[in-house]
Amino acid sequence: MTTASRSFDWRGLVLPGLLLAAWATVTAAHWVDTRLIVPPAGVLRTALRSLADPSFHLGVLFSVARDLSGFALGALGGVALGTLLGVSRRADRLIGPTFHTVRQIALFAWLPLLSSWLGYGELSKLVFIALSALYPVALGTFEGVRQITASQAEVARVYGFDRRQLLFRLILPAASPQIATGLSLGLVYAWVATIGSEFLLANWGHGLGNIVIKGRAAFDVELIVFGMVVIGLVGTLLNRVAARLEARALHWRRVAT
Amino acid sequence: MAPLVSAATLPSPPVAPVVPDTKVPSPWRRRGVDLLLSWPFPLSVLLLWQLGAQFEWIPAQILPAPLVVAQTFADLWATGELQDHLLISLGRVLYGFSLGTGLGLLLGVSMGLSPLVKDYLYPTFRLFAQVPSLGWLPLLMMVVGIDEALKIILISKAAFVPVTMNTYNGLRNVPTSLIEVSKVFRFTRWQLLRKVVFPAAFPTLWNGIRYGLTHAWLALVAVELLASSEGLGYLIVYGRQLFQLDVVLTAVVVVGAVGFTLDKVLAVIESRLLRWRRDAF
Repeated sequence: MTTASRSFDWRGLVLPGLLLAAWATVTAAHWVDTRLIVPPAGVLRTALRSLADPSFHLGVLFSVARDLSGFALGALGGVALGTLLGVSRRADRLIGPTFHTVRQIALFAWLPLLSSWLGYGELSKLVFIALSALYPVALGTFEGVRQITASQAEVARVYGFDRRQLLFRLILPAASPQIATGLSLGLVYAWVATIGSEFLLANWGHGLGNIVIKGRAAFDVELIVFGMVVIGLVGTLLNRVAARLEARALHWRRVAT
Repeated sequence: MAPLVSAATLPSPPVAPVVPDTKVPSPWRRRGVDLLLSWPFPLSVLLLWQLGAQFEWIPAQILPAPLVVAQTFADLWATGELQDHLLISLGRVLYGFSLGTGLGLLLGVSMGLSPLVKDYLYPTFRLFAQVPSLGWLPLLMMVVGIDEALKIILISKAAFVPVTMNTYNGLRNVPTSLIEVSKVFRFTRWQLLRKVVFPAAFPTLWNGIRYGLTHAWLALVAVELLASSEGLGYLIVYGRQLFQLDVVLTAVVVVGAVGFTLDKVLAVIESRLLRWRRDAF
């Protein structure tokens, strides 16, 4: 298992390979409207053109920076809030219902409001991204803290843990798998929020989302497809890094197979 | 004939400790207390907001007072406009969510139980999931247009990803110790799945379904904000364009209320199904 999982598993490429072949075939044979379903070669040309374009690089860079700063803010807040709600029944009773209610306001509904309040600049986007990461992280942390059993808490009591030890040696470690799930979901959410905020505020600021949505206005399907690929690649890369960090942090857990 | 062992040396039978009749409040009473305690926080926020508007600390155009929003809500409800938008949004989300959840459970369970399926499909799924629903929107708008199909596809995709991911993760993260215990008990594969793996994976799996619904609702609002001429998202855009933030806030409140109700239903089902668990806090 340990040595096998190190080498790359080519079987994962079978399905994407098949889909790619199908795409190339139907466009080459003109079975579909090639203005809408553009051929792979066209996308490749656009990709090369975009990759040579510094403003494209800048857009990606801006989006990633926006994403990560928003995520960091939201993740910190989420762990703090989730722990508070998980540990303290009182806090959960007082602000839990409000939190769970406000959480249900679909994120994008906030954007028109945030942009009215904070303007169309960076601040609206940053708050929006942080908010998007906060919910899953808080919920994951909360779930993790709540599934700590009474017996685990009793052991900590027997050892005479003080509050600090209780937090750092029982609560956070015991909740860490769920926190990690929350963080990785938060990372996905944050990236969605980044792209979404750039779509909705397309005419303000610079970013990957702005580039893609402008491609739609110009009927540049190649650019849209390439933009999607880049959105996916950047997201995957971010998640890969996060997963590696998670594996390192949680290496003490044994994996069930 | 003296007994070989006098009764005095025998360990006395354990005496059941007398459990004092502790005053455990009835679940209904506790729920009542919980309900009462949940109000002070939001109410004080609302009060502060209303006062802020009253004393003009914040301009009414930026943040209309709660009472103004309530009035707008009543007006929109009286004309039936709000219900129309609400029903359209609800229909879309339930359709898309059922579709996405069904497919997600199917894929998640197959990948969680079969390493072979996982090896072939997981990388593609991961890649697919990595393009956020919203990322598909511009392309889908080009290919399927901006009709109902666009909304349903996008919403079901939004529910599909978290359901699949959590189902798979839940099944994969069943603790080794539980599996070892079941091996000691010589469980058959079916017993292992039914009595150990699924109960252990259930909280994570259910979390995925809840995320799926949240995600579906999120996607609905997003798609209605960007490409719709009806529904709650459209109402938000409409209000924003006219800079009638009371309309926007009304729609946002309804979006929140519906999302809350949908999630609440799933939470109630969850607590019913997880009665066997004992919590520390």
